[in-house]
Amino acid sequence: MGGMINLKINDIPISIEEGASILDAAKKINIQIPTLCHHDDLCVAGNCRVCVVEQAGMKTLPTACSTPVTEGMEILTNTPRVLGCRRTIIELLLSEHNVDCPHCYRNVNCELQGLAEEYSVDNPKLISLVTDESVEISSPSIRKDSSRCIRCQRCVRTCAELQHVTALCVANRGAEMKISTFMDRPMDQVVCTSCGQCINRCPTGALVEHNYIAEIWDHLGDPDKYLVVQTAPAVRVGLGEMLGFDPGTRVTGKMVTALRMIGFDAVFDTNFTADLTIMEEGTELLLRLKKALLDKKPVALPLLTSCSPGWIKYIEHEHHSLLDNLSTCKSPQQMFGPLAKTYYAEKAGIDPAGMIVVSIMPCTAKKFEANRPEMKVSGYKDVDYVLTTREFGRMIKQAGLDFKNLEDSKCDSILGKHTGAGVIFGATGGVAEAALRTVYEIITGREVPFKNLNITAVRGMEGVREASIKIEDCVDDWKFLEGVSLKVAIAHGLANARMLMKQVEKGESPYHFIEVMACPGGCLGGGGQPIPTNREIREKRAKAIYEEDESLELRKSHENPEVQKLYEEFLGKPGGRRSHELLHTSYTARS
Amino acid sequence: MARSPFPKKISDSHKRVDLIFSELPTEKTLQKIIKMTPDRIIRDITDSGLRGRGGAGFPTGRKWTYAREAEGDEKYIICNADEGEPGTFKDREILDRRSGKVFLGMAIAAKAVGANRGFIYLRGEYSYMAKDLLGEIDEFNKLLTSKSVDFKIELRLGAGAYVCGEETALIESMEGHRGEARNKPPFPATVGFRGKPTVVNNVETLVYATMIISIGPKKFEELGTKYSHGAKVFCISGDAGLKGMFELELGMKTDEFVNIFGDGATKAVQVGGASGQCVPRKKFKDTILGFEGVPTGGSMMLFNSSRSMYNVLKNYLEFFTEESCGQCTPCRVGCQQLLRGIEAVKTGRLPNTYLDDLIRVAKTMRITAKCGLGQSVANPFISIVDNFREEMMHF
Ligand SMILES: Cc1cc2nc3c(=O)[nH]c(=O)nc-3n(C[C@H](O)[C@H](O)[C@H](O)COP(=O)(O)O)c2cc1C
Ligand code: SF4
Ligand code: FES
Repeated sequence: MGGMINLKINDIPISIEEGASILDAAKKINIQIPTLCHHDDLCVAGNCRVCVVEQAGMKTLPTACSTPVTEGMEILTNTPRVLGCRRTIIELLLSEHNVDCPHCYRNVNCELQGLAEEYSVDNPKLISLVTDESVEISSPSIRKDSSRCIRCQRCVRTCAELQHVTALCVANRGAEMKISTFMDRPMDQVVCTSCGQCINRCPTGALVEHNYIAEIWDHLGDPDKYLVVQTAPAVRVGLGEMLGFDPGTRVTGKMVTALRMIGFDAVFDTNFTADLTIMEEGTELLLRLKKALLDKKPVALPLLTSCSPGWIKYIEHEHHSLLDNLSTCKSPQQMFGPLAKTYYAEKAGIDPAGMIVVSIMPCTAKKFEANRPEMKVSGYKDVDYVLTTREFGRMIKQAGLDFKNLEDSKCDSILGKHTGAGVIFGATGGVAEAALRTVYEIITGREVPFKNLNITAVRGMEGVREASIKIEDCVDDWKFLEGVSLKVAIAHGLANARMLMKQVEKGESPYHFIEVMACPGGCLGGGGQPIPTNREIREKRAKAIYEEDESLELRKSHENPEVQKLYEEFLGKPGGRRSHELLHTSYTARS
Repeated sequence: MARSPFPKKISDSHKRVDLIFSELPTEKTLQKIIKMTPDRIIRDITDSGLRGRGGAGFPTGRKWTYAREAEGDEKYIICNADEGEPGTFKDREILDRRSGKVFLGMAIAAKAVGANRGFIYLRGEYSYMAKDLLGEIDEFNKLLTSKSVDFKIELRLGAGAYVCGEETALIESMEGHRGEARNKPPFPATVGFRGKPTVVNNVETLVYATMIISIGPKKFEELGTKYSHGAKVFCISGDAGLKGMFELELGMKTDEFVNIFGDGATKAVQVGGASGQCVPRKKFKDTILGFEGVPTGGSMMLFNSSRSMYNVLKNYLEFFTEESCGQCTPCRVGCQQLLRGIEAVKTGRLPNTYLDDLIRVAKTMRITAKCGLGQSVANPFISIVDNFREEMMHF
């Protein structure tokens, strides 16, 4: 490896590293070759065949995505033969696809539709092969409509490679070949974590989130209902992509305005409960460390974060022996629900029976989480509906809002105030960073020793990262931690998490605290975020998250005045009885 | 299997050859192989002009050279005994009657490329042969050990998928995955079984390799024509006056072939099985059975005037529609479209000009499908539709 290869594409000479594909080489000279089964996050499949090109000396047409460049290669990308074949392949795909675009959730954001338009495939000549139009709706998160599937297997590769879950698989062959599940079971009866990464990579509308837009509009139009909304940190750095902004644009203020204009009665922020999570989870970590190091009692360490419900469902299926290592803290979404229906309802004088709590999340697993039977500690369903960033973007369009020109506004009090620590929950490493900012200060009375509070070691897009902070000059209560190096690890994407869990299972994990996010990049790359999502876009969203953090005055969760007030007025102290009733949970081993 | 005696016509034919089923002393031949250098083996095989007998016809010497030059701490020889092509039944017979010559061929290939493990991938439907074959393999392995040859043969069973005869799908299947073709390049000779250089050869190819080493490349090279050296086993079925297996020199004209094997009313010969070409009567005279004309992996199906070529084609398309692995668009969807399409034309639901749209689909499949399965569907489709267009509507 490492050498340079010289070739010609459409007579333009180009030099590129050995191992690159024809597709990579073409991109380098600004020639776009259409693709469908290819996705930057996934291994090469080479099965859709729309990326065919002509190669001098070859009778067949190689696929640009899967063919490595070779010295002296001569490629033509736009010959009549190439264009004709691509058009025929697109026609073939359309013939097995339920071409019912206006009724499809992915209408105008569909890669197949885009190619059909580009290649002017107008009147369908081939016989439609679609027979079964039934949609699999058993999962509260994911809908699977096989009649729109073009068998590119991006979902299968996502599930296997990025998540190591393989809930989705290929079954049968020939005309019967399809994307299926273990024994063709319904989605709610397999190991699916509901992470929705498959949705994010589906080029068509074959996999979409279970959407609840109509229900929300109904409630908004009902004068007897009081609608409370929370938005997760990652939503504000993704939403803009659906509404005319470039990836990485922060639209926090406009988002809040849009929610009010749509008609939500109270607009809050999940960042508030993210800060609260740090108070609870930080306390939990310190208590476990105390038990282990001072009391010398058995206690499950490392502590594993619990704010990613896809991750929770995964570990419930895959690593039963590690359920005690999970933090008992609910995700920020599920902390918000009961607080809205108890503390806030009481303060605002609203009957919780008529309150509808809606979450706007970058996530599809949170739809599953909100439906977990135990999530009813307020006496009602704690979170009534979860919408993805995509559903919310669509509601903004339906409401006719000129989003780009909306004024900024701020969240309501008292579940709306937040710090930068809450914001960074949206990026992989953010929970660990937020926790360190607070825990270190509790132990030592000083700020974390990093410039501008930015703990860069835990940031970035490496699949697994680690950092350690040496603890010195502790305050009296935490003297037993003197000299200890607090070790944290971070994983995003379940395949990466799995590696760390294998280590924990073997008792070889050197860490005290492990942050896991089910989705690549963390929530900003969540299964409910705008499509497309790829590495470049995830990096831009991450940059926006950290900018948002730095733009805020308060950047440490324990400094959030509304969180402090919540403890004073309602919860008592972190880890206290009321916290345990409302904010903590337990886990279920699943087969 | 009862074999029909050669009738006068063929016994007199100079085209008849007896290399594949001839007897050969195993130990003595092995001794000869042991003495040969890899370079010498490859030179002999290359000089003989031997091309693969499994269908694709790739020059065997060149394949072995690639594998020899490829880097790998392990290399493998795979004998492809999947024999899935409709109308082919020679590999079973060869393994049944002359397995020793197959093993020798594998040992020759192993010596040539530097492999020390070999596998026979046996068609699932032939599992009844496994017991005997295992015994014979065991004996051969012992012989190898006694001669201090570092090579060992093992048996693997397929599970009945036609596509698993395609060499990369075969390798996937051997690795325990879905039987699906891989992206090429890289080819198995450089990246094959478990990512190592791997030679995949047909049963018959390996036996010819044995014979070439045994009788010398020249005798083999002299058989056949300039472009199709040597002989091959033809499997004759359908409306034939004479059915069964016959080893013949390559390069025969189709009319000569039909004269010997036809039933007097032959209207078409399907050369090379379902994935091969249909030669209609009017082209018998000009069509050479060999690499310069229409090649065959062995299957020769004869059809007489009582047959509907629509039914023949429909049957092939049903086969491909079911046997496509399903991963690539041109093959998965194309096969279904071709099948549904001719049905629609037949019933008058679509006009006969729709056949031209289907030919466009078939031509696309030929150059864009991922593996030989989808690529070759165009062979029967275009040759039958072009030559028997009326039968697509009326017969
Ligand atoms: C769909 C398909 C099925 C095939 N089936 C067989 C088979 O049954 N036996 C075989 O030897 N080759 C088969 N081949 C050809 C193999 O891919 C490969 O070319 C061959 O085994 C190489 O051996 P040879 O060079 O000795 O012919 C098949 C190819 C395709 C595309
Ligand atoms: S051509 Fe057919 S058998 Fe070959 S890879 Fe494509 S779908 Fe599979
Ligand atoms: S994008 Fe290359 S084959 Fe699908």
